[in-house]
Amino acid sequence: MVTASLIGLPLAFALLLLFTKGEGVKRIALIASVIEFALCIVAYVLLHKSQVAQVADARLSMNVPWIASLGVNFNVALDGISMVLVFLTCFLVPLIILSGFGKNHENPSLFYALLLFMQMALIGVFVAQDGFLFYVFWELALLPIYFICLMWGGENRGTITFKFFVYTIGGSLFMLAALIYLYLNTSLGETGIHTFDLQALINAGHGLSLTEQSFVFWGILLAFAVKMPIFPFHTWQPDTYHTAPTQGTMMLSGIMLKMGTYGLLRWLLPMTPAAFESWAPTVVVLSIISIVYASLMAIAQKDFKRLIAYSSIAHVGLIAAGIMAFQPGSGNTEGITGSIMQMFSHGINVVGLFLIADIIFSRMGTFEMSKLGGIRNIAPKFTSLFLIILMGSVALPLTNGFIGEFLLISGVFKYSAIAAGFAGLTIILGAVYMLRGFQTIMLGEIKSNTSSFTPLTASEGAVLVIIASAVIFFGVYPKPVLDLIQNDVQQLVSSLKVIHP
Amino acid sequence: MIQLAWLIPILPLIGFLIIAFGGKKLSKSLVSIIGCGSVLAAFGLSLGIFFQLHGTSQTVKLLDWMHVGRLQIDFSFLIDPLSVLFMLIITGIGFLIHLYSTGYMKEDEKYDRFFAYLNLFVFFMLLLVMGSNYIVMFVGWEGVGLCSYLLIGFWFKNTEYNNAAKKAFIVNRIGDLGFLLGMIAIYFTYNSLNFSNVFSTVSENHLDTGALNLIGILLFIGACGKSAQIPLYTWLPDAMAGPTPVSALIHAATMVTAGVYMIARSSVIFVYAPVAMETVAIVGLITAVFAATIGLFQNDIKKVLAYSTVSQLGYMFLGLGVGAFTGGVFHVMTHAFFKALLFLCAGSVIHAMSGEQDIRKMGGLKKALPITHLTFLIGTIAISGLPPFSGFFSKDEILAHAYEHNKLYWLFGIIASMMTAFYMFRLYYLTFHGPFRGTEDQKHHLHESPKSMTIPLVILAVLAAVGGFFGIPDEHKHLLHDYLKPAFTYASAQINDAPEAFNLQEALLMIFAVIAAAASIFAAWYLYKKKNMVPIANESDLPELQRLVYHKYYVDEFYNAIIRKPMDWISDKGYKFIEIRFIDAIVNGMGTMVKWSGSVVRLAQSGNIGFYMFAMTLAIIVMLLVKLF
Repeated sequence: MVTASLIGLPLAFALLLLFTKGEGVKRIALIASVIEFALCIVAYVLLHKSQVAQVADARLSMNVPWIASLGVNFNVALDGISMVLVFLTCFLVPLIILSGFGKNHENPSLFYALLLFMQMALIGVFVAQDGFLFYVFWELALLPIYFICLMWGGENRGTITFKFFVYTIGGSLFMLAALIYLYLNTSLGETGIHTFDLQALINAGHGLSLTEQSFVFWGILLAFAVKMPIFPFHTWQPDTYHTAPTQGTMMLSGIMLKMGTYGLLRWLLPMTPAAFESWAPTVVVLSIISIVYASLMAIAQKDFKRLIAYSSIAHVGLIAAGIMAFQPGSGNTEGITGSIMQMFSHGINVVGLFLIADIIFSRMGTFEMSKLGGIRNIAPKFTSLFLIILMGSVALPLTNGFIGEFLLISGVFKYSAIAAGFAGLTIILGAVYMLRGFQTIMLGEIKSNTSSFTPLTASEGAVLVIIASAVIFFGVYPKPVLDLIQNDVQQLVSSLKVIHP
Repeated sequence: MIQLAWLIPILPLIGFLIIAFGGKKLSKSLVSIIGCGSVLAAFGLSLGIFFQLHGTSQTVKLLDWMHVGRLQIDFSFLIDPLSVLFMLIITGIGFLIHLYSTGYMKEDEKYDRFFAYLNLFVFFMLLLVMGSNYIVMFVGWEGVGLCSYLLIGFWFKNTEYNNAAKKAFIVNRIGDLGFLLGMIAIYFTYNSLNFSNVFSTVSENHLDTGALNLIGILLFIGACGKSAQIPLYTWLPDAMAGPTPVSALIHAATMVTAGVYMIARSSVIFVYAPVAMETVAIVGLITAVFAATIGLFQNDIKKVLAYSTVSQLGYMFLGLGVGAFTGGVFHVMTHAFFKALLFLCAGSVIHAMSGEQDIRKMGGLKKALPITHLTFLIGTIAISGLPPFSGFFSKDEILAHAYEHNKLYWLFGIIASMMTAFYMFRLYYLTFHGPFRGTEDQKHHLHESPKSMTIPLVILAVLAAVGGFFGIPDEHKHLLHDYLKPAFTYASAQINDAPEAFNLQEALLMIFAVIAAAASIFAAWYLYKKKNMVPIANESDLPELQRLVYHKYYVDEFYNAIIRKPMDWISDKGYKFIEIRFIDAIVNGMGTMVKWSGSVVRLAQSGNIGFYMFAMTLAIIVMLLVKLF
């Protein structure tokens, strides 16, 4: 019930917003997202209690027939892993809404309705236990962001949004085909119809031949690889992140790309064990290429928003590498745990960085780093907040970025020390591009244009302070997150089938 | 009292938080009291623990941190003789430098920021040496790197300083990657990162020399970054861009010795990793000699001291590499005394000279700065290795072990030590003797520094003078060795670093070293005092070889040419050609094909693929929703 309400609430508010007019919509949207966050806390408490008591809480799952004739169920459930991502979503959406309080969008009711609609779909993706439902939410999440980019985006938005849309939907059609293939291979049972149930799909996947598994593997992977994205499926991303209105970019990078990494974990990892064994090394290599390649691309950027976009590809590459480097049967949970921790941290940090870019843009009218400089002279507090979030992004210990990155590199190391050496280059290259950016924008003598930099507004300041606090809090005290996922990761890991022990 | 050890790092952290959040609202004197007081209190606690420790080793836990599967990492502290010694150095010298800074930074508008950063540094540095596992050590390790970044670039309006800060951070990160991988290798080899577990396992089972060598070398890469060894030393001379107290505290006395601490702490790993051990010795030795040659021709007072620091750190690694763990740590201690002293004296000189750092424009400062002069002289004698000053004893211990290990190491050690004595006295004579070579303006302005600055100088000078008596080279009189013994118990099963009874050979080596140093000092005296020589103003007039050394062998230029420029080139060209013209072009090409095939069949349609896909998906969803209700 609780889980279903987490999906229903933003949807209801989205519809409500469509019929509201005027400037008040921002406030309604914020209130809606805060209520949703409160509900999320309730869900967390329930889940925590059930974990301590070691009994499943019925309130956290819901399974009712949807299209009975096709074996499609509205089956949602919250476990620790899902909870982390749902929490991330519910934590970030209010901040994303608040960060736009100083802005006046055209047609704000539609904008915020789409934002909440997207939140609904994202949560759906993270809790769906039914393949069809998962796919529906997956595509539903794309629609609002498509419109947000198309209607409120920057220059050249038509072409860029078109590319983004076709690319990602093209990727997910392969996933749909793979899911249907699995569906057709599920056992018929008493009812005589196939089912899209996650566990049934996994069982079906295990029964397939290596060739079949390989097609399914790549079909599903393609959707995730485009969404995250990893090399070489990434070229839609910098353009889209750049042209989207910043709140849209935050939704894309902070939450939506986690659909891909989450998908790897929940849907791809257990589905096709034989194909995983054969093909995971290829994906690990692609992911590591992503890390190094995107870091180098970030170094070449002159535009700060694009720089963050590329840095995001590098970070996501490490998450993907950590998941795909898992060796079933080894019992090593470092990589998997690290990937979840890092999804959480990256979401927070990247939203912070994009907000910083937006704060600068809204005052200076440019993302071009060489045109900026010396902002620290007039905005010392902003500089400190920027630096804290930056340190989270370069994974300094005692920031949230470190825990995930350390565990991920450990996971990759167990797989191959050489691969870990390359993956670890992110530690060096990340410092290179982030510090270059920071120095060019913030340090040095003040310039004639930057001298007009106005102080942060209350809403901007509040969001940055909350994000910076989260960066440090979860770096010093990651226990809540680690405890939350421990059992479920263990369960996931031990459920994976070993092909060649 | 020992159970309160967690307070020691927390106190400076609280100081940092108060000053950082209080900011400009706090008066300068309040900032000084909080900044200095928190470190002094930490020193007091450390001292109390020192007296209660009695050679034991205890773990104090503060907080659960990372529990993932077998990985059980807590914020907990290992209180043993080695960590307590470092705690005393950090908080003791740290306090003196905080005190000094109240005078040195008095006029700076960002006075509060400066103290906030310094306190934060002390916090991280204490974590580094107190952690009871590699991860907490790494937290401190990277944390001090951050503070170093912030403090080198403290005057952030200056682009050159900012570049120096960035360089320090990035070069350190290269080392940090080595440390990180080394740590992970330890974890997967020994299933733990807690010192007590790892070290006892290694001492029982050390047959896998390959793994141990790999771990040792990876850790040493980390040490090379933080402790400025070849090939990662280039950031340290640039780091002199920071305010001088920072150079004294971070880039001389404490942070740069973190690598020495790390290897001393991991001594049991290194004694069973012969290749790694030899690497430490050789890299240390080469660095000691190489940096000393550069020091011979530098004319910036802080640059001379910086290269001398690199060289002395090389000495410490030489000591560790030949198995003189106590000797290496001993040299950390004496070096902390005399090098902090020398830097603070340099600060006092720069203060008096209104910011001038070029020794060619100084001279004859003896009269105007009597206290600075005397204390600087003591520091110079101590670093040159003349008895009975502190540097003599610690250097002697390292050289004695080097002689046992390989006579060639000893010989090069002597050569480095001769160069050190020469350039240090060159520095001394050029600064304090001869005629004044600055402007009239500077001459009128010459003054001895205030008490807040001279008191630390005097205390450090006393320590630099007598600090060596903790390590008299005899098996029964070597206090430091007795004290540190418990920390090296495991290692001593393989390599015993105990000093032997004082004998003739040792005496001869000692006499030789003293004569060599004295000869160098005489040469410096002859050239720069007797002949009143001043280094030529225009470096292009230098003979070729000297010019090469003056320009630091063009190592920075070399690194730029082989690393930085290619990296920028690859990313720039990669972006233009691979990213835009290749990968993205293929993607767009496919898109165009789809569009084109769409336009072929666009009879009744508008031809917008995006719209169709959207419409299709929407239709499916609506149908399904209808079915649901």
